[in-house]
Amino acid sequence: MKHCLIVDDSAVIRKVARRILEALEFRISEAEDGAKALAVCERDMPEAVLLDWNMPVMDGYEFLGHLRRMPGGTRPKVVFCTTESNVEHIARAMQAGADEYIMKPFDKDIVAAKFQEVGLV
Amino acid sequence: MTETDHRFLSAFLRARSGLALNSDGLYLVESRLPAVCRRFGLSDPGELIAILRSGAVPEIEAAVVEAMVTQETFFFRDKAIFAQIQDIALPRLLEARAASRRLRIWSAAASTGQEAYSIAMILAGMAPSLAGWTVDILSTDLSDVALERGRLGLYTHFEVQRGLPIQLLLTHFTQAGDLWQISAALRRMVSFARVNLMDDFSGLGIFDLILCRNVLIYFDDETKRDVLERVAARLAHDGRLILGGVETPVGLTETVVACPDFKGAYSHVGCNRISRCDRDSPK
Ligand SMILES: C[S@@+](CC[C@H](N)C(=O)[O-])C[C@H]1O[C@@H](n2cnc3c(N)ncnc32)[C@H](O)[C@@H]1O
Repeated sequence: MKHCLIVDDSAVIRKVARRILEALEFRISEAEDGAKALAVCERDMPEAVLLDWNMPVMDGYEFLGHLRRMPGGTRPKVVFCTTESNVEHIARAMQAGADEYIMKPFDKDIVAAKFQEVGLV
Repeated sequence: MTETDHRFLSAFLRARSGLALNSDGLYLVESRLPAVCRRFGLSDPGELIAILRSGAVPEIEAAVVEAMVTQETFFFRDKAIFAQIQDIALPRLLEARAASRRLRIWSAAASTGQEAYSIAMILAGMAPSLAGWTVDILSTDLSDVALERGRLGLYTHFEVQRGLPIQLLLTHFTQAGDLWQISAALRRMVSFARVNLMDDFSGLGIFDLILCRNVLIYFDDETKRDVLERVAARLAHDGRLILGGVETPVGLTETVVACPDFKGAYSHVGCNRISRCDRDSPK
């Protein structure tokens, strides 16, 4: 089973995303901020990260920078999932090394389509 | 709704759109007609059907057809098909049409235009090899509402997130409030026209690539065969016809056969290689 890490400070979003991704046959880990997410990656590097942007402690953008410099950190497909939906944010996320980008609100079709886009579904 | 009304409506929809109501049909009718009634201030579907019988209000007739057809579509629907269009069909057509430098593509029953714009995006990515070419992409549907949306090229948050890679959103779209609009350059590549597949469309001319996807499934076999044969007659001698994933001419018509090198595409018999087609083979 492929491992997907869901990083979002909202427990509700994590729960919704978990349901959708479990249905797509991912094994799920959760983290509520970028720092906790890095700790998960050190222990158990995922194949995919569904990543929020605005979070306390360490935001998604900063997390992505750290992740990509970690050993094995270029491997996970990173899908941003955020309320930030303007072109500048999207371009910035892609330049920082994201593979795909979901604008909230999302539904299961969007998540499935985006994970298909990065070759994981 | 009475049994007679239901029978009338089935015949009406079949004649106007090809739609064959199956056992779920009654449910479909009952779930979708109330919205049409509300829109025209009618009290119930019975009243609506009386108006359809009178044949006096074309707007209501069109609205009923639009309400009953499924318009679901999305960008790059069925990735494997678009990959083969990009990697196999278009390069070979460019080679085969090098003399005329003209390519004609038809997206039939295209709904809101995502299919046609997906092709336009592929072509935009091949731009250097298309300098000096005339490429027409025609997107047709029976629904004026769908056509108008396609013409505007405005899509919702959900529509641009299904099937469209984020890089293509960044490259080809701009934000317009809550919506996203496809670039003027791509809008210029696609023209939209109302074409009902039940009517004669031989005036459209001949196309190198035809997509007629996810519409035949709603028709009965006789209508499927008739539409398929008339669509095939619009296909260039070495052109490619692409149907939806669950649609096939097998058992309906032998005018087109599967292409061995393009899964999901069909060609005239004896013409399964685009540039090496036997021009004299029967159509
Ligand atoms: C499910 S959509 C398919 C759209 C697109 N081809 C795709 O595969 O994503 C079917 C479309 O066929 C159109 N349609 C249904 N009957 C038609 C007919 N008789 N003539 C033209 N269009 C028709 C509907 O309006 C609808 O937009």
